[in-house]
Amino acid sequence: MKRRTFIKKSAAGSALLMGGSMALSSFTQNDQTKITILHTNDVHSHIDPFGPEDGRNANKGGVARRANLIEAIRAENPNTLLFDAGDIFQGTPYFNYYGGELEFKLMSMLKYDAATIGNHDFDNGIDGLYAQMPNAKFEFVSSNYDFSNTVMNGLVKPYRIFKKAGIKIGIFGLGIELEGLVIKNLFKETRYLDPIEVATDMSRTLKHDEGCDLVICLSHLGYNYRTNPDKVSDLIVARSTKDIDLIIGGHTHTFLPKPTIEKNSAGENVLVNQVGCYGLYLGRIDFIFDSGEVKPDKGTTIIV
Amino acid sequence: MSCKKDRHLSRIEGLRLEINDSLGHNKAIDSFISPYRDHVNKNLDSVISYSADLYSKGDGELNTAIGNMMADIVFEQAEPIYKSRTGNSIDMVLLNHGGIRSILPKGPITTRTAYEIMPFENSIVVVEMKMEVIDSMLRYLVAAKRAHPVSGLKLWLSDHDKIVKAEINGSQIDSVKTYSVATNDYLYYGGDRMNFFKMGDSMHVMNYKIRNAMIDYFHKYDTISPKRDDRFIRTNDSILLTKADSGQ
Repeated sequence: MKRRTFIKKSAAGSALLMGGSMALSSFTQNDQTKITILHTNDVHSHIDPFGPEDGRNANKGGVARRANLIEAIRAENPNTLLFDAGDIFQGTPYFNYYGGELEFKLMSMLKYDAATIGNHDFDNGIDGLYAQMPNAKFEFVSSNYDFSNTVMNGLVKPYRIFKKAGIKIGIFGLGIELEGLVIKNLFKETRYLDPIEVATDMSRTLKHDEGCDLVICLSHLGYNYRTNPDKVSDLIVARSTKDIDLIIGGHTHTFLPKPTIEKNSAGENVLVNQVGCYGLYLGRIDFIFDSGEVKPDKGTTIIV
Repeated sequence: MSCKKDRHLSRIEGLRLEINDSLGHNKAIDSFISPYRDHVNKNLDSVISYSADLYSKGDGELNTAIGNMMADIVFEQAEPIYKSRTGNSIDMVLLNHGGIRSILPKGPITTRTAYEIMPFENSIVVVEMKMEVIDSMLRYLVAAKRAHPVSGLKLWLSDHDKIVKAEINGSQIDSVKTYSVATNDYLYYGGDRMNFFKMGDSMHVMNYKIRNAMIDYFHKYDTISPKRDDRFIRTNDSILLTKADSGQ
């Protein structure tokens, strides 16, 4: 695949002229720290690989294979975090027979760090989700679902901060409006809050109050809606907010060959990524931090 | 140019990694899945009934044996639940042609068969509808000219797509009666542009998946032999009279 290089900060004119590799070698490098973010979305209970007769998905996917890949990446870089952007449930008989038990247990074995909640994760009702919580050894983050009047109260955090090699990584979650998508009987008293307001609030909290080096949004809003361009989506969140470094998306089953680079409200680059569905792909984003003599106007090189 | 000592995000790299057979299977994960897989497969492949023939949704213009089976299953399986909840009876069923995702092959029927025909999680809902909404539904069916599965409804069209007969539960449609129409939640929420359902008076959730209704129905009967019939047909007046005379 042809890769392209971008400069994250528009002010970094000099770095742009020099190009990525030149820019890197133009100052003293004391130390580099790499944070690797791995992600899935809309796996929809696809635990076994697709069979040879499954059309364009033939022989792809499978949790046992994903496990090997994740293991290899963790061995290469222990500073790795693994996330899922929702719709873990529903799509194969495993869900119908076990209600999500196997999905959560396997994600725990793969050492997922956090996930957000998709609309299909309510398919057995909020009680069905609650019943599987003991099987999840990873965190659930959702910032715009208010669960306070439901059984899920206290089990889902608005945000979570991970520390890897001294780098603070703040994660928050955005869920899609449930009204009209999920039967009320299933989501019960879950309240949906405006994603843009919540994202603005969360990114400020994480970047400025908590001093996170990276702010990552796990979103199940959908990548974008071409026929309904005003419907809130990852691209709209990216453009309307600031201080978010990466949006890991889901819901629309969008197969992005590489992350989209979008300008936020401050004119800075933000990455939006989504890896389709059914565990056919694993997304990988590496954030490389330099410590040492840094020119203040130096930007961030993005290679995708 | 001044330099400062700081941590600085210098580079971001994004990659998409395909999950394919070159990665090999993680033994620990695979052996953890194994008992679950065996149980699911054993259960899915256990024979629960027998199909007398091969039935396909392409087998008729306005009604098909497999579609009639689907609608009749919903009627039969949901009726006792609806009756016990509301005291009322279901008058008719409407599903959608596109919702039948596979053929019903001749021979043994397994639970997997039900998953193949109905892979979606749609559940049965019953909508109370007055004549105006019923009229919208009939106009939809006439315009669609597809074998959308129905049960309890008799709808005959002339060669010029005029309704020559419309009956629910064996009687002409009554302008004062409220009809209980069973469908699924996907269609209720406007799937296949069946927007009339939402104009109904009230909706009752049965908490009963279509697929589970199929599985329960298959368990009840040794042999499944649905028929294409005259519930939704295109006809002309002479055939109509012949059928009426013969008491059908």
